[in-house]
Amino acid sequence: TNHTIVRCRSCRTYINPFVSFIDQRRWKCNLCYRVNDVPEEFMYNPLTRSYGEPHKRPEVQNSTVEFIASSDYMLRPPQPAVYLFVLDVSHNAVEAGYLTIVCQSLLENLDKLPGDSRTRIGFITFDSTVQFYNLQEGLSQPQMLIVSDIDDIFLPTPDSLLVNLHESKELIKDLLNALPNMFTNTRETHSALGPALQAAFKLMSPTGGRISVFQTQLPSLGAGLLHSREDPNQRSSTKVVQHLGPATDFYKKLALDCSGQQTAVDLFLLSSQYSDLASLACMSKYSAGCIYYYPSFHRSHNPAQAEKLQKDLKRYLTRKIGFEAVMRIRCTKGLSIHTFHGNFFVRSTDLLSLANVNPDAGFAVQMSIEESLTDTSLVCFQTALLYTSSKGERRIRVHTLCLPVVSSLADVYAGADVQAVVCLLANMAVDRSVSSSLSDARDALVNAVVDSLAAYMSTASNLQQSMLIAPNSLKLFPLYILALLKQKAFRTGTSTRLDDRVYAMCQMKSQPLVHLMKMIHPNLYRIDKLIDESTIHVNDRVVPQPPLQKLSAEKLTREGAFLMDCGSIFYIWIGKNCSNNFIKDVLGYPNYASVPQKMTQLPEVDALSSERTRSFISWLRDSRPLSPVLQVIKDENPAKTDFFQHLIEDRTEAAFSYYEFLLNIQQQICK
Amino acid sequence: MIAPGIPRAAPGPPGPAAMAFTFAAFCYMLALLLTAALIFFAIWHIIAFDELKTDYKNPIDQCNTLNPLVLPEYLIHAFFCVMFLCAAEWLTLGLNMPLLAYHIWRYMSRPVMSGPGLYDPTTIMNADILAYCQKEGWCKLAFYLLSFFYYLYG
Repeated sequence: TNHTIVRCRSCRTYINPFVSFIDQRRWKCNLCYRVNDVPEEFMYNPLTRSYGEPHKRPEVQNSTVEFIASSDYMLRPPQPAVYLFVLDVSHNAVEAGYLTIVCQSLLENLDKLPGDSRTRIGFITFDSTVQFYNLQEGLSQPQMLIVSDIDDIFLPTPDSLLVNLHESKELIKDLLNALPNMFTNTRETHSALGPALQAAFKLMSPTGGRISVFQTQLPSLGAGLLHSREDPNQRSSTKVVQHLGPATDFYKKLALDCSGQQTAVDLFLLSSQYSDLASLACMSKYSAGCIYYYPSFHRSHNPAQAEKLQKDLKRYLTRKIGFEAVMRIRCTKGLSIHTFHGNFFVRSTDLLSLANVNPDAGFAVQMSIEESLTDTSLVCFQTALLYTSSKGERRIRVHTLCLPVVSSLADVYAGADVQAVVCLLANMAVDRSVSSSLSDARDALVNAVVDSLAAYMSTASNLQQSMLIAPNSLKLFPLYILALLKQKAFRTGTSTRLDDRVYAMCQMKSQPLVHLMKMIHPNLYRIDKLIDESTIHVNDRVVPQPPLQKLSAEKLTREGAFLMDCGSIFYIWIGKNCSNNFIKDVLGYPNYASVPQKMTQLPEVDALSSERTRSFISWLRDSRPLSPVLQVIKDENPAKTDFFQHLIEDRTEAAFSYYEFLLNIQQQICK
Repeated sequence: MIAPGIPRAAPGPPGPAAMAFTFAAFCYMLALLLTAALIFFAIWHIIAFDELKTDYKNPIDQCNTLNPLVLPEYLIHAFFCVMFLCAAEWLTLGLNMPLLAYHIWRYMSRPVMSGPGLYDPTTIMNADILAYCQKEGWCKLAFYLLSFFYYLYG
């Protein structure tokens, strides 16, 4: 086998299925149109063992390819997997009880952490001082080292704070078993997050890796301390929503430093009060980390959040990961990439620096047309990700996308992908809310619908001005934009906590499209008559396929039970007069009144309807990586507002119904 | 490094001569020297943004070099506005007022940062912002050059 990676000489594009071979020895790049030579080794196809057919090679047959990178692509030898856990152990944190869940999850998944024999792990805990743990192989038990000088933080020992996972495994297990109980009687209420992060950065600088930060309150001590900026009376304000941007650039600077040392910072925020997520989120946004948020987290009072943390941790610790990555997006001559959306640092006009790559991240890119494309019929985009796998192999993953260039506006509309449009608009609206104001962003979203439909109507042949016409591809566009306007991130007039709003905005910028669409427009199914629905067979299971319902209370009925799939959470709403058979068979309770307020699991009852319901729910669960939590809501439960806020087609005291929204758009177009 | 070619002879009358060496003339001379410095800053900005655009430099390093230069430039310009105010040169002051107001607006609406400066490495690579900064650099260069010749011959 040979190791040549064929790339264009001028623009460095990887060879892809959309290049043209001029003759057997030369190929023309589809991005810059330069003619290149085919190297001698490329003429031989190792798969078919034939010579002289370069277009049959796998790189030219598949638009997604992964290469193994040679040492030319490495600035340093591939790094090992290094994981550091920074844990808040103040009184607040111990009260919330997250430490038990985290330690247990780590103990279960210690062997499944991605890596090889060089994997390293370390722990830092902090309250008003910072505690390090010496886990050197050979010690009889882990040794805690406390540093109380938080204004000038230093590492107490040069090594053995980050130890080899396999060599010190027994010590690590001892530490994880002891940690939850070590701080039970603590009286420390302060949280010195800034100094702990500075120490973590010092520890990780030589190698790079991943820092996982668990925080339960506003950081109140040392560098990076934050003040409470939220005014609870402004939560339902219809006017200006303030404090969506960071208060200090400490976390942004820290993220940039970490990014430069190939370290990503992931944040788990488990707080019950305002913790200025707008400032804290910066530490993950620019270092290619991810953010998890558990509002009102408490281990015993809020079992739904505790279960969610457990499931998220399982996925987080065991999913694939790539280190010290860079991603470059190239496009055909005549187009240029304008803005990038996602968690990374933009190092140059088309190069993104990603300290960690994980499979649950999504990216959005805005491009602009710089030159006339009338001569070209195809444009291509190529993304190349150069990363180190968790086993220390340097790899390049290349995706190539080819799109036609059309000359009529009607064709552009016919090819519109409404979900991509809506998700990109959501990203742009988040940027606009932070740089300008939330009401500007909302107006811009409505204008997007008005402008696009007005342009379509002016090209459509029949000029019936009183009707609202949309192309087939965009017929759900107003509905999705209305759903976006009613999202926690952008809604006004309904009481929304600032942290919840900021978290929704962070999700919009970093989630992949499928997940984001479920968040914006959840799926609603009726589940009390599943036995009558048509079914499909999946892996020996019979899965019912109930039809999707419109998101309107008009579709709900007191006699029914409904399941709403919001992506990371499932709601099952039970009507007051729901049939007792359903409640008995599926929920396991004799009647409606006995169903508890906080039910999070469906019991295994030996009845057909129970089996069908459970198989439907697990079929929905299997279709996504993050395991969602389930919540059963009765009609008089105060938590039913969570369910009803997703019924976006209805009018609320602060927002239009779907019909009113369409009328509003029509008026604006026909003005 | 100060730009060469500053005329040694003042446009006004030489020192020990019959006519007095007015304060206004002195202001203009000083403004001339300082405008040369401002032209230098503007050229530095243009080159820096061009380096960013062609991927020659890392945005973090570039912003760390550019940010300390912003306040000195604004303060120098504010200083000679004050000087012209003292010298009662209303026309020249009026020409410089819009730029002063622009500087104040620009500094008020800068991104949150602890040190002085206008440029944030995380947003500067955005094509819109980069294009705006380049245009700003060219416009300022043109303005400073024009004002240089105005002070020279005024």
